[in-house]
Amino acid sequence: MYNLLNNLIGNDYLAAVVAALLPLFVFILPYALMAVLAERKVSAFMQDRLGPNRLGGKYGLLQTVADILKLFQKEDIVASEADKKLFNIAPVLVFTGTYAAFAAIPFSGAYIGSDIDLGLFYIVAISSLVVAGILMGGWASNNKYSLIGAMRSAAQIVSYEIPTALVILAMVMVTGSLNLREISEMQTAYIWNWNIFGGAFSGIEKFLLIPFMLISFVIIYISTLAEVNRVPFDIPEAESELVSGFHTEYSGMKFAMFFLSEYANMFAVSAVVTSLFFGGYQSPFGYLGNTLGISWLVPLEQLFWFAAKGLFFVFVQMWLRWTLPRLRVDQLMTVCWKYLIPYAFVNLIIVGLITLL
Amino acid sequence: MNIYDIVFYLFAAITLVSAFFVVTTRNIVYSAFNLLFTFFGVAGLYVLLGADFVAVVQIMVYVGGILILILFGVMLTNKITNVQIKTGTLQVIPAVIGVLLLAGVLIFKVFLGTEWKSVKTDIPVKTTAFALGKLLITDYVLIFELLGILLLVVLIGAATIARREK
Repeated sequence: MYNLLNNLIGNDYLAAVVAALLPLFVFILPYALMAVLAERKVSAFMQDRLGPNRLGGKYGLLQTVADILKLFQKEDIVASEADKKLFNIAPVLVFTGTYAAFAAIPFSGAYIGSDIDLGLFYIVAISSLVVAGILMGGWASNNKYSLIGAMRSAAQIVSYEIPTALVILAMVMVTGSLNLREISEMQTAYIWNWNIFGGAFSGIEKFLLIPFMLISFVIIYISTLAEVNRVPFDIPEAESELVSGFHTEYSGMKFAMFFLSEYANMFAVSAVVTSLFFGGYQSPFGYLGNTLGISWLVPLEQLFWFAAKGLFFVFVQMWLRWTLPRLRVDQLMTVCWKYLIPYAFVNLIIVGLITLL
Repeated sequence: MNIYDIVFYLFAAITLVSAFFVVTTRNIVYSAFNLLFTFFGVAGLYVLLGADFVAVVQIMVYVGGILILILFGVMLTNKITNVQIKTGTLQVIPAVIGVLLLAGVLIFKVFLGTEWKSVKTDIPVKTTAFALGKLLITDYVLIFELLGILLLVVLIGAATIARREK
């Protein structure tokens, strides 16, 4: 992709900048617009309501565009007692942390922002910028709801990073790589090569791995759900207690940036889960491009499969949000420290033993 | 001046400027947040030196762990911004002698006395993680295991302190 852009533009620095901005403008912004609408529609259908249906036809397709236009015009309010500098930096920092994770996510065989060997580790590490940004926003608002929301959020994200990291460690043992593109490449060809079905192993190893892969998937899905502060783990912005948590005081475009990074984060964790367990950008069966002999069609098909799988998991997150009630703070910590972490450790040891076989 | 130099000076400037603010600002929360940029700049310098694994560990441990812990401590302390950080000049002569001695050792012995190896190479594309991992479980296995035991002791100690007496 970078080479193609380089040939097209002729300047390698400019091509690098364009390649780095591609996921933002081609994918994340349109995706976030549609995801906000989808969330409202999904909630509406689950609660037997109609949802937005005034603008853009029967399904209200232009509703989010109108909302964004409204947010653009809103006055940028900074509370007089707030810490102005930190208050203004916080949304940028949160969005930076979220968007930086996309650098190591392979969108298709032809496009990965940075094909580094430590991609997975980098994603886990750079997400901590989000925690710092949330703490900064919550503290700078100078509001007790915001501060409590930020503290809860940071405590939750830091706790749930542990089971996530343990599962990722188990997957690294199985695949022997930290590069998400390589991990996706290993799950090529057919659906039974996906890691959730035991990966590209053959024989008894594969069947031994399947149950532990399922356990790994459930653990990482629950803990990434908590990391993006979604229901049932949304006590940081529990509306009935904290107004809306760390972004209570934010308005206009700064609020929109928090919103955008929340939805971008949802897709980022879904993409990581997809790449680890569900073959990443690989098609569950062959490619049309290979059958017809059109080679440029294959990367586009891969992009389609990647987006489809990622969006499916985003949909499951919305589904859970409108199905489950939220956990209490103590229940949240119990789930993490007393259940997920011990299970993840046992799982790690067993997966390690199986891969040694 | 190529792109490598520009990126190097950018990260160096981020590190130095934010480190300067960490020590000079009176507001302890500002210090903590400036420390974030210092850690980030140092991670960038590690990447430019080809130490990719160390760079990511730097962000993971310092930004994701230690900095968040500092921020927690700072924010949970009531009215921390109102604390007057006392600064003044005491004991001028011993301080000047001490600083001069340290600066002299640093400049003449460490900075000028070391044979700096500057070999021009490209940033290696392969990761250093495999080599580091091999070293950890072969040459440095004893230190590795001892560090593991130390961390286990710390964990047990923290759990004991946190658990209420029945």
